[in-house]
Amino acid sequence: MKRTIAALALGIALASPLQAADQIRVGFLSTLSGPGAALGIDIRDGFNLGIKHAGGNLGGLRVELVVVDDQQNPDVARQAVERFVKSQKADILTGVVFSSVLLPILPAIVQSETVYISPNTGPKDYAGEKCSPYFYVTSWQNEDIPGAAGKYMGEKGYKKVYLIAPNYPGGRETVEGFKRLYKGGTTEEVYTKLGQLDYSAELAALRAAKPDAAYVFLPGGMGVNFIKQFVAAGLNTEVPLFLYGSSADEDTIKAVGDPMVGLFNTAQWNHDFDNPQNRNFVAEFQKEYGRLPTMHASQGYDTAMLIDAAIRDVKGKIEDKAALRKALEAANFKSVRGNFRFNSNHYPIQSIYLRQIVKDAGGRITNKTVSRVLADHADAYASSCTMR
Amino acid sequence: MTWQLALEQALNGVQLGLMLFLIAAGLTLVFGIMDMINLAHGSLYMIGAYAAASVAQASGSFALALVAAVAITAVIGVLLETILLRHFYARDHLSQVLGTFALLLMINEAVRMIFGSQPIMLNTPQALAGPVSLLPGLRYPAYRLFVIGVGLAIALLLYVLVARTRTGMRVRAGASNREMATAMGVNVRVLFTALFGVGAGLCALAGAMLGPILSVQVGMGESVLILAFVVVVIGGIGSIRGALVGALLIGMVDTMGRALLPALLRSVLPPAAASSVGPALASIAIYVLMAAILMWRPQGLFPARG
Repeated sequence: MKRTIAALALGIALASPLQAADQIRVGFLSTLSGPGAALGIDIRDGFNLGIKHAGGNLGGLRVELVVVDDQQNPDVARQAVERFVKSQKADILTGVVFSSVLLPILPAIVQSETVYISPNTGPKDYAGEKCSPYFYVTSWQNEDIPGAAGKYMGEKGYKKVYLIAPNYPGGRETVEGFKRLYKGGTTEEVYTKLGQLDYSAELAALRAAKPDAAYVFLPGGMGVNFIKQFVAAGLNTEVPLFLYGSSADEDTIKAVGDPMVGLFNTAQWNHDFDNPQNRNFVAEFQKEYGRLPTMHASQGYDTAMLIDAAIRDVKGKIEDKAALRKALEAANFKSVRGNFRFNSNHYPIQSIYLRQIVKDAGGRITNKTVSRVLADHADAYASSCTMR
Repeated sequence: MTWQLALEQALNGVQLGLMLFLIAAGLTLVFGIMDMINLAHGSLYMIGAYAAASVAQASGSFALALVAAVAITAVIGVLLETILLRHFYARDHLSQVLGTFALLLMINEAVRMIFGSQPIMLNTPQALAGPVSLLPGLRYPAYRLFVIGVGLAIALLLYVLVARTRTGMRVRAGASNREMATAMGVNVRVLFTALFGVGAGLCALAGAMLGPILSVQVGMGESVLILAFVVVVIGGIGSIRGALVGALLIGMVDTMGRALLPALLRSVLPPAAASSVGPALASIAIYVLMAAILMWRPQGLFPARG
């Protein structure tokens, strides 16, 4: 009873002024150094460009953006979250690249009833029973992209596929996702250490296993090193290589170059998508940063656009957290990937595409969209989410 | 397992082992002769890699980059020793650990300030970029062969230097009993400054040669430092021969562990269990080896002190 009264009193105290705040505090925690840095930097740059396109603010509110490098280290991330939540009273948190960083800090964020919008990893833990009203994913569920690759490679008749992924939740879920939609053959799985940079032993084993094809999920610098060493060992003439979208993105292409021409990969977005918001995003990103955006940059951009739309929908009254959450759920923004909506578990329902790395007319090596592999795909966990 | 695979994995193990040897050689002498624990040793490896990357970018020549990296880092090593580390010799191990750990953090931050926190690209020279056919059915990356060749040459050179020359004799004397060596007229101070420079140069060579295989980034020294200490402890503190054997052992066990353990476990355990136990076991294999060797020979395989 006492608690109810206290809650009521608190509710009145909070509700009565209900003046629109004039600013929103956003805590951006991401991997900005080390081998995973390329991903975090692209998400950050995409996010900043989103703010710029929203008129230098989000939904009309001035943005107080605090950017912190988590160094891909859960302990560093934990301290940053403590600061964000307790002393800086952030309204929204976002930015984390790796599930190994996000999973340890998410319980504290959700408990503090702070909204977290994931611009990258979409772990299965929070997609099913543990789904949370404070947790949103603008990128993908971890199984979406590898699932599309699995489906495609099964249909293409690869009977024996060799899978390589780092030994952490994101890597294991990627392999699960591949296998869930891969039909008509067998797989052999190899897990490497997260952050491993020398793949000599794995490459020798891959050569000896003589698979029909290999599928590789090694985000960031791991992928760059793997592909370079794959080529140096001459394996590119022996085993067809299929990649996770981010290991075949513009940053990796720049680092590896010619040997990547012809490789297939899957992703939810590509820079050649022909819709007005994407054309604008790609052109402006190139103008601002002097490079082509990656799928991670598009995810950061969409995250900013989602926040912008939600704040606009609640007319800047972000104190009304329930209304803000509802506005986020509605996802009333135009995604650069085209159609976008949230499932009941706040993970996207979206299409996944096959891309191929090609040399275009101007001699530029880049990704080209080939076909849609999964249409309006929903993850396998949403049905067990009750969202309390 | 086919013989091609076995041979290829053995080459991988030797390549890793030889690079570890270059790093551990300096460390074991510093540890053995001056009884100094130098946690900043890995930073010299990082400095070497950054120096090589910078010179390679500026000049376009990989050979020049290798030479410059060794020279620059050796000079930095000598300066570090004469200005700073020399004052730690008389202190206990705890002060040395704290002092050199602080140094490690400062060097990391300095490199971050100069080069940024993004990894730097250092590419393999074009001539060594592809694979070579060693035997029918066995293709091996040319660059890794080059690394093995250089590593072997340096190991041989060090062996001759330490085992066959007068300077080498002084080094061995210093390692087995410093006081006695000093009493017999060995100028340990000068000897040690020179040794530190050579150790730094070897580190830099490893950093510069591994740069194109791994990546040149802040903090790259730490992971390698731990492995180097494992090598030193296994081989016996102060022993060059021990460092070589220990390094090759570690290189082999790490490579074979990663290559064989998961497959081996798959044949005895259910797939799900094997896929979770395998990688974990492979990553601790070398520490298990270290523990086993220390139980058998607490002084390491080739103790320098009798």
